[in-house]
Amino acid sequence: MMLLELGKDLILDYTLRTVALGSATLGVVSGALGCYAVLRKQSLLGDAISHAALPGVALAFLFTQSKAPLVLVCGAAIAGWVATLFVIGIVNNTRIKEDSALGLVLSVFFSVGLVLLTVIQKMPTAKQSGLDTFLFGQAAALLERDVVTMASLGGMTLMIMLFFWKEFKLLCFDSAFGASLGFPMAVLDVLLITLLVIAIVLGLQTVGVVLMSAMVVAPAAAARQWTDRLGGMVVLSAFFGAIAGVGGAVISSSAVRIPTGPTIVLSISAIVVFSIAFAPNRGLVWNWVRSQRERKKLQIEVVLNDLYTLASQHADLQHSHSTAVLLAMSANRGNVRHSLRELVSLGWVENVNTDEWALTSEGVIKARYIAERQE
Amino acid sequence: MSSETLEIQLIAAVVAVACALPGVFLVLRRMAMMSDAISHAILVGIAAAAIFVTEDLTSPLLIVAAAATGVLTVSLVELLNQTRLIREDAAIGITFPALFSVGVILIARYAGDVHLDTDAVLLGELAFAPFNRFEVLEYDLGPRALWVMGVILCVNVVFIAFFYKELKLVTFDANLAATLGFSPALVHYGMMTLVSITAVGAFDAVGSILVVALMIAPPVTAYLLTNRLSRMIGLSGLIGVASAVAGYWFAHHQDASIAGSMGLMTGVFFALALLFAPNRGIVAIARRRASQRWEFAQTMLTIHLFSHEGLPEAEREAHVNHLSSHLHWEPDFAQQVVRNAERRGFIRNRSGRLNLTEQGREMAQLALVK
Amino acid sequence: MKNYSDTFAIEVEDLTVAYRDQPVLWDVDLNVPAGVLMAIVGPNGAGKTTLIKVILGLVRAAAGRVSIYGQSYSDQRRLVGYVPQRGSVDWDFPTSVLDVVMMGRYGALGWIRRPGSRERRSALEALDKVGMRDLAHRQISQLSGGQQQRVFLARALVQDAQIYFMDEPFQGVDATTERAIVALLQELRAEGKTLVVVHHDLQTVVDYFDSVTLLNVRRIASGPVNEVFTETNLRLTYGGRIAFLNRTEDQPAETQNIPHVIKPAKVENDATGIGERSNP
Repeated sequence: MMLLELGKDLILDYTLRTVALGSATLGVVSGALGCYAVLRKQSLLGDAISHAALPGVALAFLFTQSKAPLVLVCGAAIAGWVATLFVIGIVNNTRIKEDSALGLVLSVFFSVGLVLLTVIQKMPTAKQSGLDTFLFGQAAALLERDVVTMASLGGMTLMIMLFFWKEFKLLCFDSAFGASLGFPMAVLDVLLITLLVIAIVLGLQTVGVVLMSAMVVAPAAAARQWTDRLGGMVVLSAFFGAIAGVGGAVISSSAVRIPTGPTIVLSISAIVVFSIAFAPNRGLVWNWVRSQRERKKLQIEVVLNDLYTLASQHADLQHSHSTAVLLAMSANRGNVRHSLRELVSLGWVENVNTDEWALTSEGVIKARYIAERQE
Repeated sequence: MSSETLEIQLIAAVVAVACALPGVFLVLRRMAMMSDAISHAILVGIAAAAIFVTEDLTSPLLIVAAAATGVLTVSLVELLNQTRLIREDAAIGITFPALFSVGVILIARYAGDVHLDTDAVLLGELAFAPFNRFEVLEYDLGPRALWVMGVILCVNVVFIAFFYKELKLVTFDANLAATLGFSPALVHYGMMTLVSITAVGAFDAVGSILVVALMIAPPVTAYLLTNRLSRMIGLSGLIGVASAVAGYWFAHHQDASIAGSMGLMTGVFFALALLFAPNRGIVAIARRRASQRWEFAQTMLTIHLFSHEGLPEAEREAHVNHLSSHLHWEPDFAQQVVRNAERRGFIRNRSGRLNLTEQGREMAQLALVK
Repeated sequence: MKNYSDTFAIEVEDLTVAYRDQPVLWDVDLNVPAGVLMAIVGPNGAGKTTLIKVILGLVRAAAGRVSIYGQSYSDQRRLVGYVPQRGSVDWDFPTSVLDVVMMGRYGALGWIRRPGSRERRSALEALDKVGMRDLAHRQISQLSGGQQQRVFLARALVQDAQIYFMDEPFQGVDATTERAIVALLQELRAEGKTLVVVHHDLQTVVDYFDSVTLLNVRRIASGPVNEVFTETNLRLTYGGRIAFLNRTEDQPAETQNIPHVIKPAKVENDATGIGERSNP
């Protein structure tokens, strides 16, 4: 029943619908393009771009005196783009490393943005309110026209991404090879970064500059755990982004005083944690189970091998030995008794007396096989 | 200058130096972005302590809580990284927004109960700092922020002075440090604790983003100016103070945010160093390139002549006209290079046919051995 | 040794390359006849990889000219295949073996067009040739070093080129893979292709290759192995860097000193490569 209520709200409640749609759009776009950032080890570039967008927003407003989302987004995009070029320029032409360049550009651009905002605040003509939503995001204030802007710009971005799918894959995987094939890798690089910049500035109004980097990195990092294909990763990442967007919108609407942006970020963080733990093949739980199984198998083999070694000192390979001897041989490590029970149930060892164990004929064959494999 | 103005500048200067000290090591250890992560993530610590423990925003408990959050951030990043499922940069990019979000939500939920808002943490407001006085037995000992940051600065100075050798070793060769018995992990976490304490101490004066600016920009600027660690530390402090004071006066005249102006000034100083640093500045490099271009061309010419000397194709290869087509030189440039080389006695020009002199041969050989 | 006929597959003239202020290649001349299997040999920092990259247009030259069958590389791109160093890519990238091999067709496909069944088929054929067909759908991070190298070779094979540049294809591969690669290289040469291979292991040059270029910032010597791969030339390349200054004097041919200039060969080669190798 609750789900039904929720569904009804999502469709009928204007604010919730708008916020959920906007957050979902942002999740899809940043999730999809975030994959490239993560795969190219540019995860923190998103953080720098989003912080650096602030002076762009302020300048766009100063020049146009307009608060139309498209205008502000353009300003943000240009600033984010210039910041990226600065980072690349500094890294390529000085001895400053990437992390320092990112931190430097991020904080200095943001400071400039701050200065501009306070200047705007004091201008008699302008009501600054509306600009500072870019700082922390204000999903609740999303209007339908904002969502339309986001969806159309985001859709365009995704179209371009799909259009140059093959080329972008080449850029991310083996750029030198791509260049030898004649593709202009530098141009593709700039294009891909431009798309990332657009994806980021689209989300600023909803989740704000500080949290935007999570929307770029987290869905991709989560998606990577579930799949080994780029296509799968991009689709899954977009899906996770959308889920987190809608989930965050719904959760924050259902309780008092829970801001939307942080809720979205916590939702996607939860997805990351879940993925790291439970994703098949790569997940930690999966790995733990696998290593336990391996260990158990190894313990059994050790005991079998010990029995075989002992027996091979006798004429009869099925000569029996006591538990105490086997315990001594494995230096009491591992659960010898448990392994013996397992071996009996496999039919490789039989319990001769209460505490005496011997290889079966099948056990001899197995033990020989294992011994040979070890050589 | 009123005492208030002076106090603001003093606080700003102390904050700048306190930030620059650990910043130097962050920059050198390629962990600059950790300052970004920590300065954001400590919001949780500040919020939690302010809501559940003490309402006094300058209580030392707050600093302890925030420092613990900082270390927690570092450990979480490390933990994610160690699963080998997520790379370090991505781990940072996921961890701190999550913690920051928890902080924002805490503050939003309990907004009525504490005097703390996210704007203040992120942006700070230095202008109000002098109003919060530190009083003992009704004696006014100055602004509280100055005392807090002063103590933090001292802690930083003592830590770095005390562990200078270890820090240096771990920074430049962590493996060697480990084999010599200094635990890089211990130094690492010690350093991160310092960063956290400094960030939390500075946040209500200048805001967390400016903490990043003050931790990274002055050291990076100093990095362009010197090769010596001790000098880099000193210069970073100086640049930090200069940015603080310049930023204050800029803000004063433009009626803008002080924190933002200080950040802007760190950027201005960086830009100046980037352009005009004596060895690594863009201007110096361009000038060096220009002179090297001629030098390089001369060497190239002698080597070209040298490697074809005495071989059948020499007649063709050693002609002036050949240079522009084969070495991709503009004809004018080629002429100029030939004239220079002739003047310096490296070659003889017999109506276009170039021959190496003994001196030129020597130069080519020298260049090839290098 | 040098002539100016048009039959050279690769012609490099007066090539000088500098990274920032540091010259990497000085005035290199190199002519590679069509149909040879050539090793490029030289010490670390000799500019071997750079030479290949300049020819492929990946690095800008300060001076000089490169041509492929008498024309510029950008006109002859389709004739050229490239195997970069294995370590140059992220093998944890989410993609499959087959997908990587199909990248070799991207150049022929041009912009936008996606690889289809034809590309798939030729990729599978190439994988068959390098003995990797069973692993076509495996994620590339699950491959051993040797298997990774085979994937790169397969990718070059689907380029269906006339000239192949390979950057240390034997680096860190197992002995079986090394033999398989050698067999493949020789098969390609038998088909009339030209192969230029950056190589590190001096001990195998004679057995694997028919031509060799000795490089150390400048070209020391280039030509058929039996003419060029001499002790004197090796010493010029590796040992006494001073030696070539007096090139008019004859080098006293001592026999002892080569081993210390030979870069210690990879373990696999030492253990198995030499004894088990059958001579071509």
